[in-house]
Amino acid sequence: MLKDITIGQYFPGNSVVHRLDPRFKIIITGVLIAMLFSADSFIGLGVGVIFLLISFLLSQIPFKLMLKSLKPIVPIILFTSVLNIFFLEGVTIFKLGFLKITVEGLRTSAFMIIRIIALIMGSSLLTYTTSPITLTDAIERLLSPLKKIKLPVHELAMMMTIALRFIPTLIEETDKIMSAQKARGADMESGSLLQRAKALTPILIPLFVSAFRRAEELALAMECRCYQGGDGRTRLRQLHSSGADYFALGLSIVFFDLVLLLNCLMG
Amino acid sequence: MSVIKTEDLTYTYSIGTPFEKTAVDNVSLEIEEGALVGIIGHTGSGKSTLIQHFNGLVKPTSGKIYIDGEDIWGKDVKIRDVRFKVGLVFQYPEYQIFEETVYKDIAFGPKNMGLPEEEIDRRIKETAELVGLHKDNLYKSPFELSGGQKRRVAIAGVMAMEPKVLILDEPTAGLDPKGRDKILGQIKEYHQQKKSTVLLVSHSMEDVAKFADKILVMNKAKVFCYEDTPDVFKRAEELTQIGLAVPQVTRVFNRLRQSGIDIRTDVYTTEFARKTILEYLAKRGESNA
Ligand SMILES: Nc1ncnc2c1ncn2[C@@H]1O[C@H](COP(=O)(O)OP(=O)(O)OP(=O)(O)O)[C@@H](O)[C@H]1O
Ligand SMILES: [Mg+2]
Repeated sequence: MLKDITIGQYFPGNSVVHRLDPRFKIIITGVLIAMLFSADSFIGLGVGVIFLLISFLLSQIPFKLMLKSLKPIVPIILFTSVLNIFFLEGVTIFKLGFLKITVEGLRTSAFMIIRIIALIMGSSLLTYTTSPITLTDAIERLLSPLKKIKLPVHELAMMMTIALRFIPTLIEETDKIMSAQKARGADMESGSLLQRAKALTPILIPLFVSAFRRAEELALAMECRCYQGGDGRTRLRQLHSSGADYFALGLSIVFFDLVLLLNCLMG
Repeated sequence: MSVIKTEDLTYTYSIGTPFEKTAVDNVSLEIEEGALVGIIGHTGSGKSTLIQHFNGLVKPTSGKIYIDGEDIWGKDVKIRDVRFKVGLVFQYPEYQIFEETVYKDIAFGPKNMGLPEEEIDRRIKETAELVGLHKDNLYKSPFELSGGQKRRVAIAGVMAMEPKVLILDEPTAGLDPKGRDKILGQIKEYHQQKKSTVLLVSHSMEDVAKFADKILVMNKAKVFCYEDTPDVFKRAEELTQIGLAVPQVTRVFNRLRQSGIDIRTDVYTTEFARKTILEYLAKRGESNA
């Protein structure tokens, strides 16, 4: 069950998308998100989706894996679309008691669904094709101008690296603890909401205990190796940008312009 | 009748991703009721994955598992009942402890079974004594105990459920030799008292040799062999070939034999080694005289 959470998971590969400079990938993802949010018609949204699909096909990520990353947001999608379908005023096409479905409702919820799915797919694509370490490296580099205003960029990036590094570990740990408690007859699947919340205690307490233990161990280990962040550190991996990166960025901006143009034309 | 039976059991992790890995490959085996089985194999040979099938924590990719002749993934079987029948103690079980007191933590399993208070109380006291936890410790917070004591609490927590089959995944990992022998002794004691089937995963040939009546050797997701302990150690050479260290005494006797001394080689405990050497010396004394 927990294994289904794939957001933030890296899927190794050697496609064009994998090889792009992570700094550019982050910016391009930002442009994509801006595209999806600024589009105010189905056609505009379609342009964003086309850009997403092109990147997706180039990345050679299996479609099944993409679907898996969408699984955790199904409840959100259902919730928003139900709200939109039933509670938007407009031309009624179906009525049952106080529930009514309107054309506007259907339109808006379809629009929202496509937008949410595209957003999740876009950001999953970034994390699927970029290893977490490279990703934080790139974020650190992108934010490095902020050092001028005394923002501890390196430390923030380090915190992010550690957080990302420990997500799989904690998931694994949770899985293990859940199995251990299930082996002792813990019942997490049935009962009232309150009972189920209570059933989480045997999992959360050991999880917190072990998270604290890990944090302590890690801090100690870093200190033992004389870790010192920030100034004067050189990096193992240098980031290089090439023609392909500028091309990809250019392409995303062209698509973005197209969306904006469509907005003006349609509006 | 066999208490655990598997048919062509196969389990693959992360199917359909680049991380795909078959951890248990076509395993068919039968474990007799009341047996004391040691499970041994290299790191990553699939031991932990295999035993998690026995109480239904892991659903096989293909194949069947029967407990007491009943297919545990059959239609009318409640998987929770299977878990009460087959108790599983995980590797480093001390990390699953969560209650305020040792007493309450041991009670967690029996409580889930819906046993009456007095019965739970009886079982807690009995198992605590069995695993060597002092009465005073029962009302302490488990987080105040030492690592070894915590391990005992966790083991007691499963033993108190009095499962028909008790499975322990490396219960002695990270303990000193004395603590190791003690815990193994207590598990054996439990086996004798309750007449239950016990499966013990271990990395140490010495431990398994001392402890088990039968040994299941796993190699690369497959069962390499499942035989009586002496028969397994007769195959010392094959075991060495798949990278498993046979007990040191066994190696000594194999060497003796190689250097031309006519002595048996299915020796795997120091106790038995002593006897064998004395016998050999006596025999040689006779033939010299
Ligand atoms: N949750 C998991 N996801 C993916 N692969 C896994 C998972 N757990 C185990 N594996 C893989 O399955 C194989 C068997 O693992 P398993 O834990 O059963 O081995 P083991 O014999 O218990 O090893 P050890 O002696 O180290 O405990 C290993 O190659 C491991 O990498
Ligand atoms: Mg294991």
